[in-house]
Amino acid sequence: MSEFVFLYRGGSRDGSPAEMQQVMQKWMNWFKELGEKGHVKDRGQPLERAGKLVSGKRKTVTDGPFAEVKDVVGGYTLIVAKNLNEAAELSKGCPILERDGAVEVRPVMKLDM
Amino acid sequence: MELSEHLFRHEAGRMVATLTRIFGVHNLSLAEDVVQEAFCRALEVWKYRGVPENPSAWLMTTAKNRALDALRRERTARTFAPELTRQLESEWTLAPTVEEEFGPAAVKDDELRMMFSCCSPRLSEEAQAALILHILCGFSVEEIASAFVSSHASIEKRITRSKKVLASSTKLFDISGTVDFARRLPAVQRALYLLFNEGYHGASAEKAVRVELCHEAMRLTSMLLKNPLGAVPSTYALAALMSLNAARLPARLDGSGNLTALAGQDRSQYDQALAEQGLRLLERAATGPELSDYHVEAAIAWVHTSAQRTEDTDWATIICLYDQLMAIRPSPVVALNRAIAVAQREGPQRGLDEIRAIQDLERLANYPFYHAALGELEMDSGHLENAREHFAAALKLARNPMERTFFEHRIGACK
Repeated sequence: MSEFVFLYRGGSRDGSPAEMQQVMQKWMNWFKELGEKGHVKDRGQPLERAGKLVSGKRKTVTDGPFAEVKDVVGGYTLIVAKNLNEAAELSKGCPILERDGAVEVRPVMKLDM
Repeated sequence: MELSEHLFRHEAGRMVATLTRIFGVHNLSLAEDVVQEAFCRALEVWKYRGVPENPSAWLMTTAKNRALDALRRERTARTFAPELTRQLESEWTLAPTVEEEFGPAAVKDDELRMMFSCCSPRLSEEAQAALILHILCGFSVEEIASAFVSSHASIEKRITRSKKVLASSTKLFDISGTVDFARRLPAVQRALYLLFNEGYHGASAEKAVRVELCHEAMRLTSMLLKNPLGAVPSTYALAALMSLNAARLPARLDGSGNLTALAGQDRSQYDQALAEQGLRLLERAATGPELSDYHVEAAIAWVHTSAQRTEDTDWATIICLYDQLMAIRPSPVVALNRAIAVAQREGPQRGLDEIRAIQDLERLANYPFYHAALGELEMDSGHLENAREHFAAALKLARNPMERTFFEHRIGACK
């Protein structure tokens, strides 16, 4: 088994209270299902949308967000799967996909030692 | 963990009501923005860390913190509630003031205050009901449009305009003034009555939507009953008529939300607990000299609900009650319902006579159930050809798929 990180990008922040609650319920169901199948190593953390970017030799500090709003990473999860294909398959159940968002699936690098 | 049904909708109402009191009614849209932020935050945090023990309290605390941010950010650009402006402007008093204004004593009457504020005489009854649904029940424009089977554009226009009217008032309604409270109360009762009727008689083809509207109206009415000034006989009567009618709702709509005529209803599906609650409320309504139209309508609902079978219905009492209703709130629709009751007791011909004698009969010309009533009575008299024509006229006027199906079935029965 290998480890993967799901990075959640973008996703609509609009919606009526009933819709928001529905989205909430879908996330909880999705995590529950993944967890029951043993795929969740760490649910992860939400990230604040604001931040700072420090760059270059001159260490210039600029205020975030650093990407287009639709690409901002809102959180991450640590996932366990057989291989990248399975991990990508698992990510297809993510509710963010129904709300104009995306999941970036990245293998955690293995050290050959 | 499952969230309790409608948690977000109901919390939206509570949060907007409290925030609007602190921000001032002219900042209604800022209050709505803060509520949306609180929901976004809940979504972001809960999905990773799970739903907190007390989700309502979590949301309220988040709203409070977001409100503090908004107050700091906006205090040079905006003015807030006049009576709080000075405390909110100074950093020394800002946080303690917000803390206090979110305390249990301060928030106790917020929803009721908002309910009264929505029923401004500058708004039509329909606009008041839609505004209550939007602000206090957390329905979006889209959801109201689908519940009222109206176009999105027209509901959006109505809500936008109503919010503007509300936001342009100098302050929220003062519910502590006995005289003002009593003066505004009938409008509030009326708006809740409309909300209930939209669910009970309304046009939405979705059973769930209609049941939800009825429940919302009942929830807000019981809120009104918790206030000493609101707990008057006419409010009890209003609550009674809602409970007694809601008790019949499961039988009124079949599984797919289709209308079932009274005679065809499966009475074993009536909700006995609701019926009993309705009767208790009706007993509490029966004090004092006032006889409101809600009293009479509740009594009519009780006679229907208490009959074991349609043929056991005490039609004489129902006719009497409709006579009283005509005296309090005369309308061609009430007269039509009375005529239908007369037909049940004295035969279809007498019913047809009564219908022909209705004053302002022409006002019923576009009401599909007027033609349907004529159809039923003609059918009962054995005049199938006439009946079919009347049902066809009703079908032409049908306002939604549910009514259409119902009238098509009646045409099919004319054989």
